[in-house]
Amino acid sequence: MENKIKKVDLIFEQVDYLEILDRSFKRTQDEIILDIIDSGLRGRGGAGFPTGLKWKFAKNEEADQKYVICNADEGEPGTFKDREILTQVPEKVLGGMALCGKSTGASRGYIYLRGEYNFLLPQLNAAIDKFHEDLKNMNFDFTIEIKSGSGAYVCGEETALMESMEGKRGEPRNKPPFPTTSGYLGKPTSVNNVETLVFALMIAKEGPTKFKEMGTFDSRGSKVFSVSGDTPKAGIYELELGMSLEDFVNEFGDGDTKAVQIGGASGFCVARKHFKETVIGFEGIPTGGSMMLFNSTRSMYNILNDYLEFFEEESCGQCTPCRVGCQQLLKGIEAVKKGNRPPSYLDELQKLSETMKIASKCGLGQSAPNPFNSIINNFREEIIY
Amino acid sequence: MTNIEELVKQQAEVHGTTRESLMPILQAVIRSERFLSEDAMVAIARELDISTADVFGTASFYTFMDTTPKGKNIIRVCKTITCHMKGKDAVIGALEDLLKIKLGENTSDGKFSLLQANCLGWCHKGPVMLINDEVHPEVTPESAVEVIQGYLKQK
Repeated sequence: MENKIKKVDLIFEQVDYLEILDRSFKRTQDEIILDIIDSGLRGRGGAGFPTGLKWKFAKNEEADQKYVICNADEGEPGTFKDREILTQVPEKVLGGMALCGKSTGASRGYIYLRGEYNFLLPQLNAAIDKFHEDLKNMNFDFTIEIKSGSGAYVCGEETALMESMEGKRGEPRNKPPFPTTSGYLGKPTSVNNVETLVFALMIAKEGPTKFKEMGTFDSRGSKVFSVSGDTPKAGIYELELGMSLEDFVNEFGDGDTKAVQIGGASGFCVARKHFKETVIGFEGIPTGGSMMLFNSTRSMYNILNDYLEFFEEESCGQCTPCRVGCQQLLKGIEAVKKGNRPPSYLDELQKLSETMKIASKCGLGQSAPNPFNSIINNFREEIIY
Repeated sequence: MTNIEELVKQQAEVHGTTRESLMPILQAVIRSERFLSEDAMVAIARELDISTADVFGTASFYTFMDTTPKGKNIIRVCKTITCHMKGKDAVIGALEDLLKIKLGENTSDGKFSLLQANCLGWCHKGPVMLINDEVHPEVTPESAVEVIQGYLKQK
């Protein structure tokens, strides 16, 4: 069988990041940003906003202070690639932040690191100290500081993250204004995922063409995948985007894959019969990297129950559709399973989930219905019986 | 001045007294005390010149900021999906037997608390547990017990 999975090595490749920065600092802000726009790079945290545009918006703002934030609040179940990137190539993340600082006119950067990764602090702080020395030698004014989280999934949402950095409850803000206009402490702020920053640095190194030539029209380049669940090859892999789920399962499955959850708890569950036509990417099902495989021994009810429990606990409680919706979805499937509610109650719950998608304030409440609907639609009988 | 007031004052000198300093100060108290007592929250509120309710409101938002007494070592076993599939229940069972407590409780000598946590970011190496900030991936009921016995001998 032809191997259709293309492995790539951009993220973990050892590079002379100071040489890349030295070259980039001599270019204009627009030149760097145009390269990033041209490459087609989209945010690697899951939402997929075009990175170059984000930087351009931040650059175009007039302000006495701007900020760069590296979002290392990697909390999506099934995702663990940012931890690996920060462990293996921290200097490339810092380099990407400095590049973003240069491009947007920000002189201060923050890494928001989830509390669960506190064990990374000593080595990260050491890398930052060294980086500050290097920047001083290059006469570039940019400093980086780590802000720690304390166990809240919702703080991965960029405005909740900034609330938390400001010493408040991590409750998402209304958008607009977007962070590039009014972010941390009300100043223009570009918030980027760990992996996105490393790709930006690599695009500055190689030029946009190499990156653009990989992947598909909507999903350029490669992506780091976190593979877990029923697979003999659990781990981290950088792969070219745009592959079909069937090719992915042929490479990573255990021969008995029944379903794959793409994009973590907030993503979509795809059943075997749809593997062939499902594309992994922004034109199909996007993912922040999480790929969880389930084989035929797994109960989809248990899996859905776990996801909903997760959202019920992690909902910040600020807006009603999400706070009450997550509770009711969880209670609802339990009631149907026990026979306290008829199977048609699932249809009622699906209507509720539509309301949650429309009316929730942030991505958490808007995407909690994704696993619910995709599992109900594909495995309805497992939820009922 | 009590110990906790001293700790808060000292942390305020390091991190400052603006609102952005609240999280690092709360985290420092947690690191030292494992939980936020009423006294600690009152001291922080006084130092930052904000209301105690505001301090409690912020702290209670975050899972890792407990406001009830906790043991000297907090064990958190990941309960999310893949760790569940790979046997976190057996790990928790073994630890409950060893420590003679149930999930969510503290040992009577105040040495350990046993908790569950949402995804800790080690899905390829589950089940995983955190002891304070120290991570232990791919634990079995046996290896988890060994790790805790190591802690028991140490302190």
